[in-house]
Amino acid sequence: MASEHIVVSCTINGEQQVFLANERDSLLEALRDRIGLTGAKEGCNNGNCGACCVNMDGRIVNSCLVMAAECEGSEIRTVEGLASGDQLSPLQNAFLEQAALQCGICTPGFLVAAEALLEQNPDPSEHEIRYWLAGNLCRCTGYDKIIKAVQQAAGQSVV
Amino acid sequence: MQAVKYARAGSVEEAVSLLQDGGDGARPLAGGTDVIVQARERTRDIDLFVDIKHIPEVVGISHGDDGSLTIGAATPCYQIYGDETIAANYPILVDSTSLIGGTAIQGRASLGGNLCNSSPAADGIPSLIVLEAQVEIAGPNGRRTVAVEDFCTAPGRNVLGAGEFAISLHFPAPAEGSGARFLRFIPRNEMDIAVTNAATQLRLDGDGNVTWARVAIGAVAPTPLLVSAAADAIVGQPLSEETIAAAAAASSAAANPITDMRGSVRQRVHLAGVLTERTIRQAAERAA
Repeated sequence: MASEHIVVSCTINGEQQVFLANERDSLLEALRDRIGLTGAKEGCNNGNCGACCVNMDGRIVNSCLVMAAECEGSEIRTVEGLASGDQLSPLQNAFLEQAALQCGICTPGFLVAAEALLEQNPDPSEHEIRYWLAGNLCRCTGYDKIIKAVQQAAGQSVV
Repeated sequence: MQAVKYARAGSVEEAVSLLQDGGDGARPLAGGTDVIVQARERTRDIDLFVDIKHIPEVVGISHGDDGSLTIGAATPCYQIYGDETIAANYPILVDSTSLIGGTAIQGRASLGGNLCNSSPAADGIPSLIVLEAQVEIAGPNGRRTVAVEDFCTAPGRNVLGAGEFAISLHFPAPAEGSGARFLRFIPRNEMDIAVTNAATQLRLDGDGNVTWARVAIGAVAPTPLLVSAAADAIVGQPLSEETIAAAAAASSAAANPITDMRGSVRQRVHLAGVLTERTIRQAAERAA
């Protein structure tokens, strides 16, 4: 059976968007291939790695595990929405200052996930940060620098 | 991805009708964290997702005047572990829902989906079994209710018939003096599939006697198991090292696991006993 094209309207990074998607598209495919927002990355495409993490209606989700059609009427925020123009967000700056990335593939997912953590818990413990980010995998940094970057963004002293 | 179509159901009746018309290739879509992967990796033939999470009855948490609990089948995990009354009265549901996947999975995945995916290693099902949960099912012939321990029939299979789907889970009010605990063994601390898991609920009277118990174990058989012999070993007397050891031995005896990449038969049989012992002790602490 051939899938049909569908029209999806939702808010992406604060802007109302109406786009055409294939009915079988995941949100990740729609963001990257239909809308041109390539920040979210395809890593495992099965919900293990977190590289495709975006914020949907205030919760982080793996966009590879959401159908584009499910996004009708929802509010999506991606890594592209973190900076204001050329002005990086405090979390993005902390990632740079703590050298919390190497190859960078996992970084958009970590940024979106950590931003959501700090929104609901502005002063998380190291345990809470690690637990929250357990669904985001990084094979370069060994995680410590990422944890420190989140602590710095939370205004905590970083050793 | 298979050429899958998508339909958003607005009511239970509409979902039943879409599922019935869609035939074998139609699947209910709740959080999608299992079923979307199955469609993509073609481990199930799926050509229609029927999105059930916009049906009011299928999402949300309600507490009855009698202390009972109803959770819509598609209610995401984070809403369950974020509910203060559930945390106070059914902390074992917090154990399970905060262990299923990571934060992003918990934003979508549901207990109803965990049940209907019917994995032998499901981290929700042992807890549902020991809480005596009943699943309410809607279908072409109306509604029926099934005890969770009778729901799964084989790995990935269950009692749902054509056009049927789970709409909610019902839990009796926790009895006076009861406590329950779920534990899972995995090699890391989070984001993994159980090598073995276990749940216990028990009730203590004022003298410390165990008056009632249920023990369930997972990832050690084709379906999660209710182990009556483990409960029988501790009921009718105060907990002691001997009765707890007897319950652990009963769980190990009931375990009938396979060896796979996560663990061996021997390890899983051992873990069934260890986790039974620990869940009994920690359930008793919660009961006290």
